[in-house]
Amino acid sequence: MKSKQLELFVGLFIVLGFASLAYLAIQVSGLGSIGKGDVYQIQARFEDIGGLTERAKVSVSGVTIGEVESIVLDKELYMALVTLNINTDMAVIPVDSAAAILTNGLLGEKYIGISIGAEEEYLKNGDEITDTQSALVLETLISQFLFESTSGDDE
Amino acid sequence: MTFVQNIGAITLDWLISVGRSGLFIVQSILHKPKSLRVATQLFIKQLYSVGVLSLVIIMVSGLFIGMVLALQGYTILVKFGSEQAVGQLLALTLLRELSPVVAALLFAGRACSALTAEIGLMKATEQLSSLEMMGVDPYRRIIAPRFLAGLVCLPILSLVFSTVGVLGGEFVAVDWLGIHGGSFWSLMQQSVYFSTDVVNGVIKAFCFAIATTWIAVYQGYECEPTSEGISRATTRTVVLGSLSILALDFILTAAMFGDF
Amino acid sequence: MSNYFVDIKNMSFYRGDRAIYDDISIQIPRGKITVIMGPSGTGKTTLLRLIGGQLKPDSGDIFLDGKNVPLLNRKDLYAVRKKIGMLFQSGALFTDINVFDNVAFPLREHTDFSESIIRDIVLMKLQSVGLRGAAQLMPSELSGGMARRAALARAFALDPELVMYDEPFAGQDPISMGVVVSLIKRLNQSVGMTSVLVSHDVAESLSIADYAYILSEGQVVAKGTPEEIKKSTDERVVQFLGGLPDGPVPFHFDAPDYQQHMNMYPNKKGALV
Repeated sequence: MKSKQLELFVGLFIVLGFASLAYLAIQVSGLGSIGKGDVYQIQARFEDIGGLTERAKVSVSGVTIGEVESIVLDKELYMALVTLNINTDMAVIPVDSAAAILTNGLLGEKYIGISIGAEEEYLKNGDEITDTQSALVLETLISQFLFESTSGDDE
Repeated sequence: MTFVQNIGAITLDWLISVGRSGLFIVQSILHKPKSLRVATQLFIKQLYSVGVLSLVIIMVSGLFIGMVLALQGYTILVKFGSEQAVGQLLALTLLRELSPVVAALLFAGRACSALTAEIGLMKATEQLSSLEMMGVDPYRRIIAPRFLAGLVCLPILSLVFSTVGVLGGEFVAVDWLGIHGGSFWSLMQQSVYFSTDVVNGVIKAFCFAIATTWIAVYQGYECEPTSEGISRATTRTVVLGSLSILALDFILTAAMFGDF
Repeated sequence: MSNYFVDIKNMSFYRGDRAIYDDISIQIPRGKITVIMGPSGTGKTTLLRLIGGQLKPDSGDIFLDGKNVPLLNRKDLYAVRKKIGMLFQSGALFTDINVFDNVAFPLREHTDFSESIIRDIVLMKLQSVGLRGAAQLMPSELSGGMARRAALARAFALDPELVMYDEPFAGQDPISMGVVVSLIKRLNQSVGMTSVLVSHDVAESLSIADYAYILSEGQVVAKGTPEEIKKSTDERVVQFLGGLPDGPVPFHFDAPDYQQHMNMYPNKKGALV
């Protein structure tokens, strides 16, 4: 085989490798949609985070705008302190917005949904969302339901 | 006593061959190439015979494995009403496990066996001896380009395998079984992380490449220079290569994805 | 400078427990053709590998152009080997490149010559073995004799100081044998290189040799010019030169008495005990 032809095939092979890598990065892992680069951080304290994990999505109206950076226990308040990375181009979250831990479908992943408030002042790097709603834990829900139905019988 | 002695002798033999193969590969790759141009040419030639020639079998296998995974995943997930998650299942299985492992097993069967046979034949026809007598180091000339080409090719082949597998799975899940394309991709993108899943898959493939190519060139170089010797060495390459891939896979998976 | 290009002193080499060479001394004079003969299985090829440093003797010294080969490190060994050309029994041409590239191989590897100079040298070497027209053929397209000649051209490519021939006449038809014999003689005379020939073809070897050794069972049994060898009265030499089946070199491999053996019963594995 001619050496030029051989080099051409090897070149194609290597390009194919890089194309695959790009495809897996952008289309399969969705690396293009969340830029890791420009983010700012806001915090939120929750009573109970349920099964929320680091790198879970943060979304507004179902559109992903960031991800969970870290989860630690606040030792003074005994609450979970969650730090969120929000894309800089989404720096338009009003200060009175609320954060809730939601579930994607019945058995799906936990994520944080932000309901937009009415203020005209926006959250900045290091600010905290004060209005939070903890994860709905299925066991708690069921026991609440049972308790309410029995107390209803008493009335 | 003889039994114990036998075990001792076998262990010693084994340790010696491990040590010898280690020195062999270190001596091979620690050479400074005499001429960068010649070294590059040799390397490219090996990239062709090790990588490009393995591409077809890798792509066809990847396509079918992706399609089968989508089909199997769908039949189970549809019972729970979460058939959209088939993309997630497909991508994670391929990236974390199947691509590196299956690509490496195919690589051991296709490329590594050919390497052993080629080097063994060179030994049997005195080509290696004649290189040595010409003052050309066969480690540098024959072994190093083949070993390094293996290290480069298998990660690329594994990436191609994943891509073709995802495309095949998408064809079955979205075009054929009618899962909504948007949720197929978005669920996949939510659960797949580039830094862990894709990168770890490539690291796995690289580790498998070291093991299988090392075994292949060593078996070829050390084989008995007869027809039976070459065929035995080729078989050993495939068997030892496959076993080491599977054993390494367990260790690597535990280290990468296990929470301990 | 010593008169001997290769000087083997009191060298012993064992394969397992079997002594291939037992305290052997061989001198190969500079600029001459030395033939080393002996029955099959006396390790003649092994001797060439020992000189080339591919094998290490168990004891003794092998001086090659004043350097003790077994003691050289890998780098020096490869440097010394550039002075050596070797013709292997099978030719050992590289099967993945054509005849031209085979002959050009040592030149490209060890010199900085430009491609046009290399081309001239290669065509010259191929012309001298009569294969200039076969330059573009692959080794698989050559007959055995042609492959041997192409390999010869490759062994000469760098104009080495020492050329070692491993059974150059084995398996050749009479015509190509004659060609190879005259080639070796001519090349040796024209360039003045040292040649070592290992062979069991008595007539051809002695016809071109300046000096000859006959080996048997790890020992030198005769040495000298071809005339001296032919005049030797040593039983082993007479047997070897005359090709006689009976003599001190046994035709039969070690076995029990024939008559007794025939009356034995085979064991389970079929071997006679």
